[in-house]
Amino acid sequence: MAIKIVERDLHEEFQAKIREAAAKAEALKIVGGGSKAFYGNATEGEALEVSGHSGVIDYDPAELVITLRAGCKLKDVKALLAEHGQMFGFEPPGFSDEATIGGVIACGLSGPRRAFSGAVRDFILGVKILDGRGDVLNFGGRVIKNVAGFDLSRLMVGAMGTLGVLLEVSLRVIPEFETETTLGFVHESAEEHIQWINELGGRPLPLSASMWYKGQSLIRLSGSERGVNSAVAKLGGEPGENVWDQLKEQSHAFFSDISSKNNGHLMRIALPPTTHFQLNQDQLIEWGGAQRWLHGDSELEVLRGRASHFHGNLCVFRGSSESKPTFQLPSDAVLTLHRSLKSKFDPARIFNRGRLYPGL
Amino acid sequence: MADNKREKLSGMFREFLDQESVVDQPTSLAAYECDGLSAYRQLPLLVVLPETIKQVQQVVTLCHEHSIPIVSRGAGTSLSGGALPHQDGIVLSLAKMNRILNIDQLSRTAVVEPGVRNLAVSEAVQHLGLYYAPDPSSQIACSIGGNVAENAGGVHCLKYGLTVHNILGVKLILPNGELVILDQQSLQSQGYDLLALIIGSEGMLGVVVEVTLKLLPIPECARVVMGIFDDVEKAGNSVADIIAKGIIPAGIELMDNPAIRAAEDFVKAGYPTEAEAILICELDGTEEEVEAQITRVEAVMKAAGADETRLARDEAERLLFWSGRKAAFPAVGRISPDYYCIDGTIPRKTLGVVLNEIRRLSEEYKLPVANVFHAGDGNLHPLILYDANNEGELEKTEELGSKILQLCIAQGGTITGEHGVGVEKIGEMCVQFSELERNQFHAIRDSFDSNGIMNPGKGIPTLARCAEFNSMHVHHGELPFPELERF
Repeated sequence: MAIKIVERDLHEEFQAKIREAAAKAEALKIVGGGSKAFYGNATEGEALEVSGHSGVIDYDPAELVITLRAGCKLKDVKALLAEHGQMFGFEPPGFSDEATIGGVIACGLSGPRRAFSGAVRDFILGVKILDGRGDVLNFGGRVIKNVAGFDLSRLMVGAMGTLGVLLEVSLRVIPEFETETTLGFVHESAEEHIQWINELGGRPLPLSASMWYKGQSLIRLSGSERGVNSAVAKLGGEPGENVWDQLKEQSHAFFSDISSKNNGHLMRIALPPTTHFQLNQDQLIEWGGAQRWLHGDSELEVLRGRASHFHGNLCVFRGSSESKPTFQLPSDAVLTLHRSLKSKFDPARIFNRGRLYPGL
Repeated sequence: MADNKREKLSGMFREFLDQESVVDQPTSLAAYECDGLSAYRQLPLLVVLPETIKQVQQVVTLCHEHSIPIVSRGAGTSLSGGALPHQDGIVLSLAKMNRILNIDQLSRTAVVEPGVRNLAVSEAVQHLGLYYAPDPSSQIACSIGGNVAENAGGVHCLKYGLTVHNILGVKLILPNGELVILDQQSLQSQGYDLLALIIGSEGMLGVVVEVTLKLLPIPECARVVMGIFDDVEKAGNSVADIIAKGIIPAGIELMDNPAIRAAEDFVKAGYPTEAEAILICELDGTEEEVEAQITRVEAVMKAAGADETRLARDEAERLLFWSGRKAAFPAVGRISPDYYCIDGTIPRKTLGVVLNEIRRLSEEYKLPVANVFHAGDGNLHPLILYDANNEGELEKTEELGSKILQLCIAQGGTITGEHGVGVEKIGEMCVQFSELERNQFHAIRDSFDSNGIMNPGKGIPTLARCAEFNSMHVHHGELPFPELERF
């Protein structure tokens, strides 16, 4: 059945609201599908509902590019791409059927394929935004190679809506793989897993995901039938459970345990993959060691200190509060640049106050 | 006047740099007066060649305090005049910072200084079965620092990405002399993506003094098939067909007849000189994968109307097929006293329209054009053949180049896919971006460089520059190509 995506252009309505808010320096809280409302610090202000701004602006599968209004639902867009044998290479989590493309960009979260195919920021080609003055600005474009002007499209990824309202985004897409398979291996410790998966990463294998939990490593191979079969023959291992959607959507047993045991607290430590980072509690490891999930929120400051020592960061992914903010603060010089950039996009500081960093 | 200033400045720099690290003699300065775009030349006041991060910081701090323009320079291979000196400024050459600092096999990363040559990285890690993917055609000479500044591409971008996809971190000296580390080795950075903002910023936001590169495993196998066509559009369509089949080639290059003939005369790559177009398509991966895909690619090319497909029999022939493409620019240089390389990108489906229009413009301007095309990602390199010794011909060439770039914009593309704006395409920036957008670029720049000392006059046009450009190029208020739909 052909997918229908509603066509509706609400940018003038948004523009009016933004101009009104800017004139009074009143805060606006940008709300998409609400699927990732838990992510980021609390913010204030009147809700600016953007999920109604929907529609496919341009999609020609042979160009490997899709241009969408940001309110399009991720679920619908994935279905549309699948009709043409294509998909998003960064495997974005939705966390609910209501998730929008704008939310995917603003939160900048990528799925299991991240370590092998790239992140949201690697696939964005262009944006149309409304800035804090209500002006429509276009950056980047609809072609894969484009170096004209500063790269302000990627700046929107992970900005948590603090720089503007996303109206349209152009994303690069990739063909679906002919086949995928999961293999399981036993590795007692996290260190063993990390050593092993990174050694595999240095070999020309069609790896597309990895995870370790409770002494078991799982890897996914994606590619042509013959390519994957030959990799399976080289690697051995046992057929493994296809856990990748559960991991992406956090419905895997590791995550579903959280709310009962830990008041809903979940921490994500991002580290250069091969970092030795001793932890005395249960952890689930993805992305070859770059993404490590922990329950609870104990020793937050200690862990944050250790993470930043290794050029990583710790995010209170679920359950953040004023005393335990979602994101770790960057260095003073980098924070100064953030403030200055924010003021250039949103001089009256109306969008998503504090959602990324306090005071921003 | 300039001499006094020069003398005074070199004294200041010599307080912390060696005698030979400050170049102030006009004869020696001449080596820096242009980059790969030699039509533009300018002597700088001075050239400084620091060797350490600390020295770069001292140079930048001093320039910040005295509002002295800085033009950073790597190997000087820019094709857009990105490293063209400023008459009242210094050239900051990173050439002496050319060490590979660390190679980590397990995490597949290399930490390098900015002056390291692109190809030197792959050479240094080859024994580990790894390589650095971005491969601009100048890779023998061009530096990693320059690659970061321009977000350099190459023939393997479609599958392996541009520089921005292959850099995991930089150490950056801000225009006020402060050092910041922008690091994404953790794969999930937080906050604004300043690393992406720096990559491709053409030396306007700071000086990159250290780069962490992502290394990839060398594919087990790579094979090349050449498709021969009697029509350029058929060749273009077959690229779309290959991609629609779910195949992402490692590289897919299109050359038109003038480019084929020039290359064949030069390197004898075995190209059919009577063909209207050839497609060189490389597939890589495991033996099994490549074998499966190559059969499909050949079938798609034939179905799209290829007269013939030729599979390189062995590694030697694979390299031979590539040699013609890689030598296309110098090959054109042999048949014409000068050539001018254009760098527009278009949605691939508009290739037919764009090539026809380029042909028409070529006839109108009476300047031959040879086309090479990174067909997978829509990056077109028309090479305009001209003779700078003929009075007015360079100007005519530039006008034709500008028309081609504006055609790319009208077709939903961009004025530069991989060479950067520099000084060369600054006028066309006025067409691609609105005044509000250009103002935003200036504002971003102010966030980093309130004095405007970093590579001034490049990348983003001023209002006055655009007024001048428009008065030259817009006649009676009409944009070029009014008959074409705008995207």
